[in-house]
Amino acid sequence: MPCLLLRNNRLVKTVQFNNPDYIGDPVNAIKIYNEKEVDELIFLDISATTEQRSPPFKMISEISNECFMPVTYGGGIRTLEDMKKIFSLGIEKISINNYSVEKPEFIKMAAEQFGSQSIVVSVDVKKNLFGNYKVWTHSATKNTNLDPVNHAKIMEDLGAGEILLTSVDREGTMKGYDLDLIKLITENISIPLIACGGAGSVQHFADAVKAGASAVASGSMVVYQGKNRGVLINFPLQEEIKRIFDSNNIY
Amino acid sequence: MIVIVNIGMGNLGSIANMLEKIKVKSIISSDVNDILKAEKIILPGVGSFDNAMKNLTDMNLVPLLNERVLKDKIPILGICLGIQLFTRQSEEGILPGLGWIDAATARFRFDGENAKLKVPHMGWNTVKPKHDSSLFSGLLQEPRFYFVHSYHIVCNNDQDVLATTHYGYDFVSSIESGNIYGTQFHPEKSHRFGMKVLKNFAEIG
Repeated sequence: MPCLLLRNNRLVKTVQFNNPDYIGDPVNAIKIYNEKEVDELIFLDISATTEQRSPPFKMISEISNECFMPVTYGGGIRTLEDMKKIFSLGIEKISINNYSVEKPEFIKMAAEQFGSQSIVVSVDVKKNLFGNYKVWTHSATKNTNLDPVNHAKIMEDLGAGEILLTSVDREGTMKGYDLDLIKLITENISIPLIACGGAGSVQHFADAVKAGASAVASGSMVVYQGKNRGVLINFPLQEEIKRIFDSNNIY
Repeated sequence: MIVIVNIGMGNLGSIANMLEKIKVKSIISSDVNDILKAEKIILPGVGSFDNAMKNLTDMNLVPLLNERVLKDKIPILGICLGIQLFTRQSEEGILPGLGWIDAATARFRFDGENAKLKVPHMGWNTVKPKHDSSLFSGLLQEPRFYFVHSYHIVCNNDQDVLATTHYGYDFVSSIESGNIYGTQFHPEKSHRFGMKVLKNFAEIG
């Protein structure tokens, strides 16, 4: 599924969470994905938390109107009221990142009120100099020093329905997912994991699923075309995905 | 013109946009005059059964919808909570439903091995039509649609059941009874499959 980044109501793409490159208008992108038989879309407002502002409700409403598939929204979520408002705009799931670290019990409150199915906890992970994985927040500018396995387990216990796992080091590189990280987390949790960060080909999707991911998200691959990263909103054909998954014995 | 009945619950924009995409004229309205002129009606809904029935009653829409659907026999499509409102009653509330279909709305109940299944049932799932129908014409044998619901309908009359879906057990995911159609899933969130269903509904005759 495409994972799209919003910044000031514009679609951007980053590399390792830096250098946001302007991609285009979100609504135009959605219109293209509507044609491509995309099963789900993720929109993350990457500046809502760092700029300490509320989610962009007007934009979220437009996104919901345009999408002919279920949508997950994330970015700047800190209150149950905001979540209620976003669900009422027609969004299916809400992703919470920073606030799940700052106030873990919020996940419990959210899951109790809205049901685990609609709560995604987004976990951004970066390797430190010693090769240990750590959870980072605020668009990967703050190291929490938390161990991602423990954090994911706690989130599951508190009622998260899914984990959206992003490898900061791989994000935007199109070099493939961090398969070790995916394995490490999925071996320790029983809720579905969406892998994000590093997809450059359909084979990478298959690798992530074999490593334990329930679903795969991609950013660069679905907004760029070719080596020079020319902007082109696209999505692999269902037949191609099926062919490559079949050849990897994934059903 | 299709009237998408607005009972003040949920976002109806994606239904209207999907119809626009397939070049079908529609308006989102709760205005009596619009519903009087409607060639077809879509009754969507999210939220609770009693809230929806209360809103329909407060808006004076129940007698009007009864007339248009039962007397004029214009095609109507209920989506998600909409299909549940067609039944006599729901375990979710105490208010009577529209009662157009001999059916009731029940909560998902699981035991034994299925006890760990989560409610609401949320996600893509396969829909198995029981027979050829105008609503599912031109679709794969077992198309996929997007569901979000904790309750489902239980029909007393097998002929009303158009399709079933498996979640713990087989439940009714679509109905057809004369001019009354319904889907438990969300066609407006089921991209090309849903678009085909809405197109089929728009082309009903």
